[in-house]
Amino acid sequence: MAAYFAIGLGHYLTVAAILFTLGIFGIFLNRKNVIIILMSVELMLLAVNINLVAFSVFLGDLVGQVFAMFVLTVAAGEAAIGLAILVVYFRNRGSIAVEDINLMKG
Amino acid sequence: MVLQGLVFYVFAFITVAAGCMVVAARNPVHSVLFLILAFFTSAGLFVLIGAEFLAMILVIVYVGAVAVLFLFVVMMLDINFVELREGFLQYLPIGALIGLILLIELLLVLGGMRLTPELTRQTAAPIAALAAESNTHALGQVLYTRYIYLFQAAGMLLLVAMIGAIVLTLRSREGVRRQAIARQVGRRREEAVELKQVQPGQGV
Repeated sequence: MAAYFAIGLGHYLTVAAILFTLGIFGIFLNRKNVIIILMSVELMLLAVNINLVAFSVFLGDLVGQVFAMFVLTVAAGEAAIGLAILVVYFRNRGSIAVEDINLMKG
Repeated sequence: MVLQGLVFYVFAFITVAAGCMVVAARNPVHSVLFLILAFFTSAGLFVLIGAEFLAMILVIVYVGAVAVLFLFVVMMLDINFVELREGFLQYLPIGALIGLILLIELLLVLGGMRLTPELTRQTAAPIAALAAESNTHALGQVLYTRYIYLFQAAGMLLLVAMIGAIVLTLRSREGVRRQAIARQVGRRREEAVELKQVQPGQGV
């Protein structure tokens, strides 16, 4: 019983794996709603961050946490730009349906 | 030890459940709120593992900025979300299949993984004991010295993202009266004041 409560690297990696899978699942499930797709991407980035931090702590190396911070930065920028594009698209077209976004197909 | 494990399981369960609800919630506003919950509980996981600074950054950046940004966009845009949910069940089997395959693959990788003791000795920036140096202090020591260029690059990235978001969403609307300071300052007396010779009893 006590073995289950000794939290190791595998526990954190399992949580991160489940979260990452949920993100991919969400992208497939909400194919029409860009906002939920962006949120799923955020979930996947969170899973990656959990992985980085878990490895950083269990290997005793701080660089993983530094890298997690850079991932966080990129995630923030990505969310801002993505939502800005979404707002502009909605202003032009009046909808955010993904399958309508083929104006650049030529 | 047991308490730590218990806290871990509670946080992990809430994180995964909130992640499920982000994906499956009917209302996007609820999705955003569950996303905030997932971020909060993963911040708890970070604190538990000993990465306090990243936990606080997660709360500030994600909950304070990104999730609120999502909330603004969801509430500001007038979108028919019921229409967007059509085909939800149609994509469910293929999505579940791919997700399951990926999860099995990841768990197989995890199951076969083993850390060699040599790996823990080859650290680039070893974590000091918590009593000697706090997590924030240690992170700052590494970030501002060895990774200063990357840190600057991250700052530039945020600047470019900010400028990009503003440029994308800025529009000059017609019919909005704004203050034009150059015109106000630049006008002269001859344009502004006109003297009329008014005859008595006739009006202007």
